[in-house]
Amino acid sequence: MFKFWGIFCTLIGVVLLVIFIGNIIIDGISRINWDFIIDLPSRKPENSGIYTALMGSIWILLLTTVIAFPVGVAAGIYLEEYSKKNKLSGLLEINISNLAGVPSIIYGLLGLEVFVRIMGLGPSVLAGSLTLSLLILPIVIVATREAIKAVPSSIKDASYALGASKWQTIWHQILPASGGGILTGVILALSRAVGETAPLIVVGALAYVPFAPQGPLDEFSVLPIQIFNWISRPQAGFIENAAAAIIILLGITFIMNGVAVYFRNKWQKKWK
Amino acid sequence: MQKIKELVIERTLLASSLITIAVTIGIVLVLSIETFRFFGEVSIVDFFTDTQWTPLFTEKHFGILPLLSGTLLTSFIAILVALPIGLTISIYLSEYAPRSFRKTIKPLLELLASIPTVVYGFFALIVVTPFLQQIIPSLSGFNSLSAGIVMGIMIIPYISSISEDAMHAVPRSLREASFGMGATKLQTAFKVIVPAGSSGIIVSIILAISRAIGETMIVAIAAGQQPRLTLDPTVPVETITAYIVQVSLGDVQHGSLEYRTIFAAGITLFVFTFLLNTISYRIRKKYQEKYE
Repeated sequence: MFKFWGIFCTLIGVVLLVIFIGNIIIDGISRINWDFIIDLPSRKPENSGIYTALMGSIWILLLTTVIAFPVGVAAGIYLEEYSKKNKLSGLLEINISNLAGVPSIIYGLLGLEVFVRIMGLGPSVLAGSLTLSLLILPIVIVATREAIKAVPSSIKDASYALGASKWQTIWHQILPASGGGILTGVILALSRAVGETAPLIVVGALAYVPFAPQGPLDEFSVLPIQIFNWISRPQAGFIENAAAAIIILLGITFIMNGVAVYFRNKWQKKWK
Repeated sequence: MQKIKELVIERTLLASSLITIAVTIGIVLVLSIETFRFFGEVSIVDFFTDTQWTPLFTEKHFGILPLLSGTLLTSFIAILVALPIGLTISIYLSEYAPRSFRKTIKPLLELLASIPTVVYGFFALIVVTPFLQQIIPSLSGFNSLSAGIVMGIMIIPYISSISEDAMHAVPRSLREASFGMGATKLQTAFKVIVPAGSSGIIVSIILAISRAIGETMIVAIAAGQQPRLTLDPTVPVETITAYIVQVSLGDVQHGSLEYRTIFAAGITLFVFTFLLNTISYRIRKKYQEKYE
C-alpha cells in the first residue's frame, strides 16, 4: 500500500512540473519571435520586448561571475587547504553555513545600504552584481571545498614528494583535478543568480528602463523583474508577455543546469 | 622569494574567506543601525503589540504582528503541503524505489528547486488561484492559500533530498536486524529507519521552514499587499518580504521613516531565519559526529 502512495507522491512532483511548464508554454510560445527579443519595453503589450531586461541579465551574469568566482574559489581553497582546525576555522564554517540560509531579500537590504548608498554606486548594474555575488558566495565556497575534498590525497602526496611547494601543488595539481567540480558549483550558483528577483528590486533595479545598460554604472532591469512587472499588470496581453519571458528565463536556467550536470558527470567519471 | 610569494598567496586566500565574516557583520550592522533609528521615532511596544501595519498611509501604525502573521500563515500552509509529500518521497526513494528509478527521479525533483521563484509566483496567481476559485468561490484573487500551496511545492525537494540522504546513511545492519526479527518493510521504514535518520529529517524540515519564511516573490505576487492579522487563508495578506518589495518599488525617500520600516521588518525576518539556521547547524554537527 505504502509503495503506491510513495510512487504517487514522487510522481506528483514531476507531474506538477510538467503541468506547470506545459501551461506556461501554451500561454507564451506564440508570443516568442525575434521582435520580442529585440524590442524595447512599451506601454502596449504587443509592442513590448525583453531586450533591455535580457541585456541587463547578461550584464549581471557577467559581472557576478567576475566578482564571485575568484573570491569564492579563493575562500574555498583557503578553508580546505590552509586553515587549521581552530576557533577561526570553526567560526568561518558556521558563518558560511548561516549565510547560505539568509533570505535573499536581506542581501538586498545590505546591498541597498552599502553599495547603493555608502559607496555611492546608485541603483546600477555594478551594485546589483556585488549584491548577488555576496548572495552566491556561500554556494561557490561550499562547491569548491567539496570538489577539492574529492581529489585523492595520493596526487597531493606525489606532488610534495617531488619537492613542490604548497601553492605549486594547489595550482598545478589540485585545481586542475577539481576544476570540473568547481565549475559545476559555480554554474549552479550563477543559474540561481539569473533567477533572483527580490534582492535586485530592493537594490533599486527598475521595471522600466528605456535603454540597455552601456556600462557597469548604468541603471538596469533583469528578466525576472520584467516578468514580475508584467504579471502585476491587468491587461491580458501582458500575461502572455510574462509567459513568453518565463519560457526564455527557464530556457536559460535549464541550459545552465544541464551544462552543470554535464560537467559533473564528466568529472565524476575521471576518478572511477 | 618563493617563501614570500607563498605567504602573499596565503594571506590573499585568507582575506577572501574573511569577506564572508564581513558580510555577516555588514548585515547585522546595517539592519541594527537603521532599526535603531526607526525605534527613535516609533515605540518598541507599539511595534510588537499594535495590530495594524500602515506606514504608507496618512494614519500610521507600526505593528509588525500583521506582517508576521502573514509570513507565518503562508509558511505554515507551505509546510503542510511539503512535509507529508516530501517525507513520503524520501522514504519511498530510500527504502522502496529501484536504484535506476531513484537515479532518474532525483535530478527531476531537484529541478523543481532550481526554477526561479518569480515563475512560481506566476503559476500561483494565473493557474492555481483560478483553479481553487472553482472549488472555493469566495476565494479572493490574492490569498495566502494558493501562495502557500505553490510555495509548498517549491520546498518539497528541500525536504525530500536532505531526508533521503539521512535515511540512506542509516547503516544496513539496522535494516537487516529489523527484517531478521520479522518486521515488514513498512514497519522497518517507519519504526527503524525514520527514527534513526530523525536528526537529518528534522534538519530538512527546519531548513524548509526557514526557506519558506524568507521566500519573497511567490507571496509578493500571489498573496497580496494588505497587511492584516488573520488566520483566514482565503483573504489577501502581506508578508514581511512582500512588504519590503512593495516599499522598494515605490518612491520612498532615503532616510525617511518609511524607508527605515523595511529594515525593522528585515531584522525581524533575519532573527527568525538566523535562529532556525543555527538550530539546524547544531543538529547537523551533532549528527555527523554520531556516524563518524
